[in-house]
Amino acid sequence: MKILVPVKRVIDYNVKVRVKSDGSGVDLANIKMSMNPFDEIALEEAIRIKEAGKADEIIAVSIGASQSQETLRTALAMGADRAILVVATDDVNQDIEPLDVAKILHAIVVEERTDLILCGKQAIDNDMNATAQMLSALMGCSQATFASKIELAGEKIKVTREVDGGLQVVEVTLPSVISVDLRLNEPRYASLPNIMKAKRKPLEQKEPKDFNVLVKNRLEIIETNEPAERMAGIKVSSVDELVEKLKNDAGVI
Amino acid sequence: MDATKCHLDIRDAISKLCSQFDSSYWQTCDRENKYPKAFVTALTKGGFLSALIPKKYGGSGLSLSAGAAILEEIHKSGGNAGACHAQMYTMGTILRHGSEEQKSKYLPKIASGELRLQAFGVTEPSSGSDTSSLNTTAKFDGKNYIVNGQKVWTSRAEHSDLLLLLARTRPITEVKKRTEGLSVFLVDMRELVGKSLTIKPIKTMMNHSTTELFFENMPVAPENMIGDIDSGFRYILSGMNAERILIAAECIGDAKWFINKAQKYAKERIVFDRPIGQNQGVQFPIAKAYSKMRAAELMLRQAVNLFDQGKNPGEEANLAKLLCSEASWNAAETCMQTFGGFGFAEEYDVERKYREARLYQVAPVSTNLILSYLAEHVLDLPRSY
Repeated sequence: MKILVPVKRVIDYNVKVRVKSDGSGVDLANIKMSMNPFDEIALEEAIRIKEAGKADEIIAVSIGASQSQETLRTALAMGADRAILVVATDDVNQDIEPLDVAKILHAIVVEERTDLILCGKQAIDNDMNATAQMLSALMGCSQATFASKIELAGEKIKVTREVDGGLQVVEVTLPSVISVDLRLNEPRYASLPNIMKAKRKPLEQKEPKDFNVLVKNRLEIIETNEPAERMAGIKVSSVDELVEKLKNDAGVI
Repeated sequence: MDATKCHLDIRDAISKLCSQFDSSYWQTCDRENKYPKAFVTALTKGGFLSALIPKKYGGSGLSLSAGAAILEEIHKSGGNAGACHAQMYTMGTILRHGSEEQKSKYLPKIASGELRLQAFGVTEPSSGSDTSSLNTTAKFDGKNYIVNGQKVWTSRAEHSDLLLLLARTRPITEVKKRTEGLSVFLVDMRELVGKSLTIKPIKTMMNHSTTELFFENMPVAPENMIGDIDSGFRYILSGMNAERILIAAECIGDAKWFINKAQKYAKERIVFDRPIGQNQGVQFPIAKAYSKMRAAELMLRQAVNLFDQGKNPGEEANLAKLLCSEASWNAAETCMQTFGGFGFAEEYDVERKYREARLYQVAPVSTNLILSYLAEHVLDLPRSY
């Protein structure tokens, strides 16, 4: 079985994001970029499945600017066998929208005949949470999102999903798209010998037109704003006062 | 190449590795004077300590710039590589001067971590920077070299299997130059501890696992001598540039940690209704510490580049060690002052890093000795000692 893991290059989760002064987006100049943490978890799961002898090959894919190559090298160092870079833009500020990403991934799935697609539930830059679902629709196959546990048994996969009310267990049949949540596993760091080996692993470079996809943004960003600054709290002297504040000031009860 | 962009992949992996060892881990090690074993094991397993060992002996065969990147990132993360950095470079003496037999016997095991070579017995109570006046002797009895004497400030001896030892094989009265007559031995301490070798830990102001060693008729087989007899002093000197450069990289990591910490705190801490970082009295020292760090980092980069080109950057390695250790100490002072009283509280890590950063003004070579080197060898002034 082949596993496809899409990985996105995003602002490192430790970096405090700054909005550009003209509001056109966030400032990416001299900012540390990393693999989307959810994608890292998906890749770790794929590696564990392969280590358990249940998969033969892991292919990492990244779609974006050519700088995504660094993210793919990280994926290769962690344990992916080969990588496909789809250069869809030469502007690092351009976000490729989920539908185009899903279309390109679909074409790759068909070409590579992959049965399992493991991906992050969303990218931490725009939090769309859409690609996995769209890809599953395009493939006409099963999907299981927000996975916190994945158990393989032949053609079936039992997936525990984190839903609002608790945990939900579903069973899907391959081929399937599974998007993973935070608590699925703790991703490994690459060892030095694997970092060195990753430099020699195959990394194929493609363009959207190789897959007959025209990348076209359908969404227009009108404005980007900093989140409202949190106001300082207040101290209340009694329960009665608290209830009064919640009723009249906060309007929550 | 831009210093911060060099070996990005390795830096990334190290920062991930280090994120598993948070400040409470280091605080506990420090408080209990405990060797950071889990951290050292993780680095060893990740193959990071064997970065500089050639591929044919099981390492990654990388240049010194990779080693510098690894150590810098460890210190930048708030950790300390002092517990294991010597595993990275002590082997250089065997690599450069050992026989093929010694190399193939020891290096692969050092690379895998099966054998730890991170103790270096040079300094003695009566001879500090004046290395050639050391009193430990190794006399051949027809079968073995019999070692007698004492070493001090031998770090990590309790956590090392092997010891690289410098001892006098020919009395000082019989040699033309005092630097002659010294030999280097690779001692397998595992069979000797508690018999002819005694290791005594020294309590210090930081958690650095340093010790005193006592040799009492300690036998060392002649095949464990590295290189030629009586020529050991220059073998030890030949490793100094690498050591100085790597320590300088740790200093830069420390400086970055202190600056980052001070910068964040200065923005968050509100006194008189505004962040203390808005006061020039607070922000200027941080800006100054940053500028000193960047300047020192450039010297470090130059030393690394020259070293990796196969040159002998004695001047640059010494300058890098001097400037980087001064930059880190300046950043430490600035960070402490920015934090005020909170800097003294263990939970902020500033006091621990402060104590650790101070070491590099003194060891592995003192600032004065670097200045003497520069005066004598670079500026052609009369030798002062």
